[in-house]
Amino acid sequence: MVPITYYLVLSGILFAIGTAGVFLRKNVITLLLSVELMLNAVNLSFVAFGRQFGTVDGQIITFFVMTVAAAEAAVGLAIVIALFRHRESLSPEAFTNLKW
Amino acid sequence: MASELLLFYLFAAITVAGAVAVIAQRNPVYSVMAIVGSFCGLSGLYVLLEAPFVAVVQIIIYAGAILVLFLFTVMLLNASREDGAEWDRTHPYYRPGPTRVGGVLAVLLLGQLVWAVTKIGGAGVGDLQPAASSVRLLGRVLFTDYMFAFEVTSILIIAGMVGAVVLAGKKGN
Repeated sequence: MVPITYYLVLSGILFAIGTAGVFLRKNVITLLLSVELMLNAVNLSFVAFGRQFGTVDGQIITFFVMTVAAAEAAVGLAIVIALFRHRESLSPEAFTNLKW
Repeated sequence: MASELLLFYLFAAITVAGAVAVIAQRNPVYSVMAIVGSFCGLSGLYVLLEAPFVAVVQIIIYAGAILVLFLFTVMLLNASREDGAEWDRTHPYYRPGPTRVGGVLAVLLLGQLVWAVTKIGGAGVGDLQPAASSVRLLGRVLFTDYMFAFEVTSILIIAGMVGAVVLAGKKGN
């Protein structure tokens, strides 16, 4: 079997890529995609640990994380649409005011 | 044994390549397509971890529902290109000095993580415990031990749905 270390390293790499995406990209939609990447990295380590301990708890927590990700995507994209209506831009730097 | 390791490397390569493509693309449509590939690789990894239900849900929910939502938004806003002129290289965070410090910190963090993780030991996943992968068991645990969390999840979904409609809906209707 593949050692759990491999899965954890892969999960760390995916999380790092997601974090880099949040800091590097200048597009709100790509930022949300990077957040999804990070959530999936965590899911992978949950499932790997669950398999290691022979329980289903890791998989169940994965379902909850997926639900949160779905809700986050729906609300996040709605916010993006609402912001785009005001500013005609998707750059985070266009949204620096709390009120306009 | 060896073939399993080979499959792991294959799926891991697909996943990481997709993830890198997500943040390397300027065009959000390509980013969404790349993340679909990345999630398909993850789904293969879940199969390797003997979690077939999670693998199927990953494809159906993520690739099938959430990313289609992203794609709809990208196309609705007609935002197929990141504005090149908005790349502000004079921002303090994008000057060479802070960039290098950030890069060193990131490499340091990754090194520490890898070092810590390699201390765990080399026992294979599932060498110690038999797999608990049947959907029947999954459902039983979900609807007994995690009943409260499951119900709270439905409230979260309702809140998300109402929030999305309120935020994205037309004003003045």
